[in-house]
Amino acid sequence: MKTLNESRSSRKSSWLSLLLVLVFLAIVFLLDQNIKPTNKMYMLLTVLQKGSVYALAAVSMNLLNGYTGLFSLGHAGFMLIGAYTYAIFTIPSSARDTVYQYFDAAIRFSFPETFSNVMGPAGTALGVLTAVILAGLVAAFFAYLIGLPVLRLKSDYLAIATLGFAEIIRAVFQWQKLGPITNGSNLLKSFARTSKFKLEVGDTKIVLSTFVPVLIATVSIIIIVKLVNSTYGRAFKSIRDDEVAAEAMGINLAKHKMISFTVSSFFAGVSGAMMAMVLSIAQASNFKSAMTYEILLMVVLGGIGSISGSVIGSFLFVAASEWWLRGLDSGTFLGINAPGIFRNGFRLVVFSVIIMIVVLFFRQGIMGEREISDLFRDRKKKAKGAAK
Amino acid sequence: MRKDKPCVLKVEDVTMQFGGVVAVNNFSMEEYEGEIVAIIGPNGAGKTTAFNVITGVYAPTNGRVTFNGERVIENFPRGKMKKAYLGQNAGKYTEHLEPTPDKLTALGMARTFQNIRLWKSMTVFENVLIAKHLKRTSNVFSATFGLNRLEEQMQREEADALIETVGLADVRDELATSLPYGKQRRLEIARALATEPKLLLLDEPAAGMNPQETVELTRFIGEIRDQFHVSILLIEHHMDLVMDISERIYVLDFGSMIASGTPAEIQQNEKVIDAYLGVTDDA
Repeated sequence: MKTLNESRSSRKSSWLSLLLVLVFLAIVFLLDQNIKPTNKMYMLLTVLQKGSVYALAAVSMNLLNGYTGLFSLGHAGFMLIGAYTYAIFTIPSSARDTVYQYFDAAIRFSFPETFSNVMGPAGTALGVLTAVILAGLVAAFFAYLIGLPVLRLKSDYLAIATLGFAEIIRAVFQWQKLGPITNGSNLLKSFARTSKFKLEVGDTKIVLSTFVPVLIATVSIIIIVKLVNSTYGRAFKSIRDDEVAAEAMGINLAKHKMISFTVSSFFAGVSGAMMAMVLSIAQASNFKSAMTYEILLMVVLGGIGSISGSVIGSFLFVAASEWWLRGLDSGTFLGINAPGIFRNGFRLVVFSVIIMIVVLFFRQGIMGEREISDLFRDRKKKAKGAAK
Repeated sequence: MRKDKPCVLKVEDVTMQFGGVVAVNNFSMEEYEGEIVAIIGPNGAGKTTAFNVITGVYAPTNGRVTFNGERVIENFPRGKMKKAYLGQNAGKYTEHLEPTPDKLTALGMARTFQNIRLWKSMTVFENVLIAKHLKRTSNVFSATFGLNRLEEQMQREEADALIETVGLADVRDELATSLPYGKQRRLEIARALATEPKLLLLDEPAAGMNPQETVELTRFIGEIRDQFHVSILLIEHHMDLVMDISERIYVLDFGSMIASGTPAEIQQNEKVIDAYLGVTDDA
């Protein structure tokens, strides 16, 4: 009986969460239409765009660090692979030669262009989607190759090895000899970017600049949540809790670690592609290990082992650093005008203090190991207890 | 001895040497279907090492393990060990088979640990449910996209049924580590049973238990054998428990087997008495 009731209530809560997600997407869609770039609130859209990139990156890192217990620091590397794959395969042929000004571009193929030649405007969207998925697949493939030797290592050793690989990837992508493909250390630009995403129906223009990245992140995060709640996700958690016991219960450690590592890197690649389309440039020097630490910080702030925590953590992080605390760098903050104190760099000082306070008062991060849905459940349980 | 039944586990000439120390020396044993067999011996006799060899944690230096008629583990002194080997029967085995513990579990060997190793952040139900992962047929994609709903439902029902059978239904949703010691043991055994084993290996199941709990555990082990049709191999210090439930006993001392037989035979065996009580030099 217990299982029956449970499955019914879990089905109910999953419908409820789906509804919430749809409402959120609808709000983003409406904001996208109504806030023009000249508006003061346009910052909100920027935060939503960048926040969704980081949210996906943080959730995919959490899958590895929080759910499988593999402390890996190679995320920036896989995001870089994703960003470059996406950029290379969406640069239109007309712009190739200006982008690759010092090299003879080797890849002269663009998904959006090829598909739109066949299918019209719908082909462009399909082309972008294909490039995003390809970005994930290439990142996952590299993760598989790196994982073969590296996943035998444990804890700190794994972290150092993955960190090293991420730096190697960055160095290789900047290598002049690979210039015809990666444009050497120069940046890639002119590819399909979010600021250009719109739908034209007759005379009305529907802006999709924020909606598209938010949608991609939402779908990806839902897939990760599904994975975590599946029988494989439970196996990951058992590896995190006790590897020896997991192996003794018939869980193939090498195989499951590899699954977690490649899936995590797939979504890191997707988030890298999203980052390229949001920033409208892709440059290897942006994907330093500092980026990995930023993402790790979001995961820790949100709570290791909580997906909603990672999402909340990354949106708060992006909002604070890009929007709310901007004034600390530019002279005026909360109406106080003090250019002597509030000048370049002061934002980071305040930001570090805030992070320290959060870490001190929320030892487990904002959410701990709970999810948002658990909060509702707890309240219900308490209400039931009170009724009794 | 139930020689009429098929042999579940056959250990032949297993030697485990760490550097210059021979922890297990030429150990051989057999277990037949439905039997409860115990390995006993004083501290440091090599019981747990033998156990770890059988479950695939260590590769033996020399020897062979056959499980259900299938050769699963085999090794011979190789590399540096070639010269350093101090044991017997070198050259008798020529193959190198070294499966990881999860492969042996998949074949039908499940174990518990001396120092309980439950998954700490999970409830009783989840602990049993995860052990069901071994019997899955879905791959990672079908599991993620919810195409294995029937299997998922089955896993949950089987886990619940198992929890009911071992008498943990009242603590189903409690954290595994919040249970009293005796129940944690019970849960660990339930988790091992969830992998549907043919042979259950218990590493000191009564370690740290009070007499009352030990009596309950003794009864529980007997019930499991009859209910789940498993053979049981256990290592134990508690003589009461061993003498009560095991049908045959192997006694190890300083890595070598010094006796084997029924509990009655073992109790009379002078070598065993000496090993346990010590021999005075002038005797």
